[in-house]
Amino acid sequence: MGMTMTQKILAAHAGVEKVSAGEIIQANLDMVLGNDITSPVAIKEFEKTGATKVYDQNKIALVPDHFTPNKDIKSAEQVKVMREFAKKMGIVNYFEIGQMGVEHALLPEKGLVKAGDLIIGADSHTCTYGALGAFSTGVGSTDMAVGMATGKVWLKVPEAIKFVITGKFQKWVSGKDLILHIIGMIGVDGANYKSMEFTGEGLKELSMDDRFTIANMAIEAGAKNGVFEVDEKTREYLVEHGNKVFTEYKADEDAIYEAIYSIDLNELKPTVAFPHLPENTKTIDEVGEVIIDQVVIGSCTNGRIEDMRKAAAVLKGRKVNKNIRCIVIPATQKIWQQSMNEGLFDIFIDAGAAVSTPTCGPCLGGHMGILAEGERCVATTNRNFVGRMGHVKSEVYLANPEVAAASAVTGKISSPDELK
Amino acid sequence: MKAEGKIVKYGDNIDTDVIIPARYLNTSDPKELALHCMEDLDTGFVEKVKTCSIMVAGDNFGCGSSREHAPISIKESGIKCIVAKSFARIFYRNAINIGLAIIDCPQAVEEACDGDTFSIDFDNGSIVNQTKNKTYKIHPFPEFIQKVIQENGLISMVKKQFS
Ligand code: SF4
Repeated sequence: MGMTMTQKILAAHAGVEKVSAGEIIQANLDMVLGNDITSPVAIKEFEKTGATKVYDQNKIALVPDHFTPNKDIKSAEQVKVMREFAKKMGIVNYFEIGQMGVEHALLPEKGLVKAGDLIIGADSHTCTYGALGAFSTGVGSTDMAVGMATGKVWLKVPEAIKFVITGKFQKWVSGKDLILHIIGMIGVDGANYKSMEFTGEGLKELSMDDRFTIANMAIEAGAKNGVFEVDEKTREYLVEHGNKVFTEYKADEDAIYEAIYSIDLNELKPTVAFPHLPENTKTIDEVGEVIIDQVVIGSCTNGRIEDMRKAAAVLKGRKVNKNIRCIVIPATQKIWQQSMNEGLFDIFIDAGAAVSTPTCGPCLGGHMGILAEGERCVATTNRNFVGRMGHVKSEVYLANPEVAAASAVTGKISSPDELK
Repeated sequence: MKAEGKIVKYGDNIDTDVIIPARYLNTSDPKELALHCMEDLDTGFVEKVKTCSIMVAGDNFGCGSSREHAPISIKESGIKCIVAKSFARIFYRNAINIGLAIIDCPQAVEEACDGDTFSIDFDNGSIVNQTKNKTYKIHPFPEFIQKVIQENGLISMVKKQFS
């Protein structure tokens, strides 16, 4: 019986020939990540272990991105705990304001994660790096603490679901629509405890940014991880971001999958997830008239350069509706600069949108765009739970950047095709 | 190990955003977090835990954000054990890691009503719904997880390596 892609990465990091689903292993870590919400808790727990140093100063990344630039005194205190810990422990990859970005956009960009790696992060969207052919998964602060102290994590070897992708995207359809379609199909716990493995000739149609978006939202189907087969695009991306040496894993021919789905990209339409679960999906032709108050374009899901370009292409020469606050947040400093240099900010600002420094901000209802009672927001983020972006009686609709931009113009959920 | 008490029951897909909303995550003080536990779903929760010590819920409990603040706030609020139809995986491992007892037992959840009394025996692997006079068998944890629970969480277990 063969192993899945995920199982092979896990076996290699547990130092064994073979693992099988259900088994609990102790695996060696290539990277441990934390942010300004989860790290302070982890640091407290780290201190309780009695460890006096971290397992590897180069293999920990601390990114203050959730409530930063510090939104209030308490947030400032939390980041201070992180900063001082990073200094004391000599942690190389601490990213201060001015260098930081939303963690899951930042780590791949900095070349800190690569194919074949095993990564944990005290943030549920750590699964993003599966786009690079790595095993990466979200854990809690205690796991992060133990990871920092010992360089190891306990993991239950997951079963897997395979997604075979074929075809080509139609206009206005991208990675976000594919993953929303999948979550709509299998449900928010459809892949609970399992791996989602993406393969098929259609992968070549998916840009790296598409793949990051898709792997990012694996957790929204409950998955432990989402992982893409490595191809020419992955290799190019890795080399471009400073990783010449990495390991590619392919699933065995006879690997066991709990289910196999075939998805033809040609059949997908722009897709929107209605409140209050990412599985409540409708295609754009089914949404009806939903009047909105705010649009957020950003986050670790869709705050990358391609997303900025797509939103700008729709907003170019148009105006944000006077009833809408449109907030654009490039996910990292590099993406920010690139957007600026490409003239995208002129387009956003001429349209009447606000452009923010990188932050998670409104995505988690932190700051920079909180919703009042009864307000509705179209966001390119990944979660639309009750109260996610503010008041318990506010609503979040998840969409791709082009739909979000078009909705900012019309003031209701819209396809870019509706624009004059 | 045993736990006994009245239950407070919730539905499916209870996410960590409603267990502890992000607006309170600028602190990691368990006592402060406990004051706001579940408030977006049930403003009466803090009152209820004065008499209820077991939380019961449907499928996919604890989905969403990995914030350990969620199980911490539940534990600190006075809940001794969560029985759900199923748990989201990050919540599951966080609860185990901090030594908060959790059990998946769909049938016991299905047949329970808010306010029933449960008595749970982890050693013989059973849940008794005393109000309904019914007993349910629970699966034993895998060996490694049993060890984590016995040692009262992952940190105490790891501590030995460094002392
Ligand atoms: S952008 Fe949103 S989902 Fe991504 S890490 Fe930040 S808060 Fe989490």
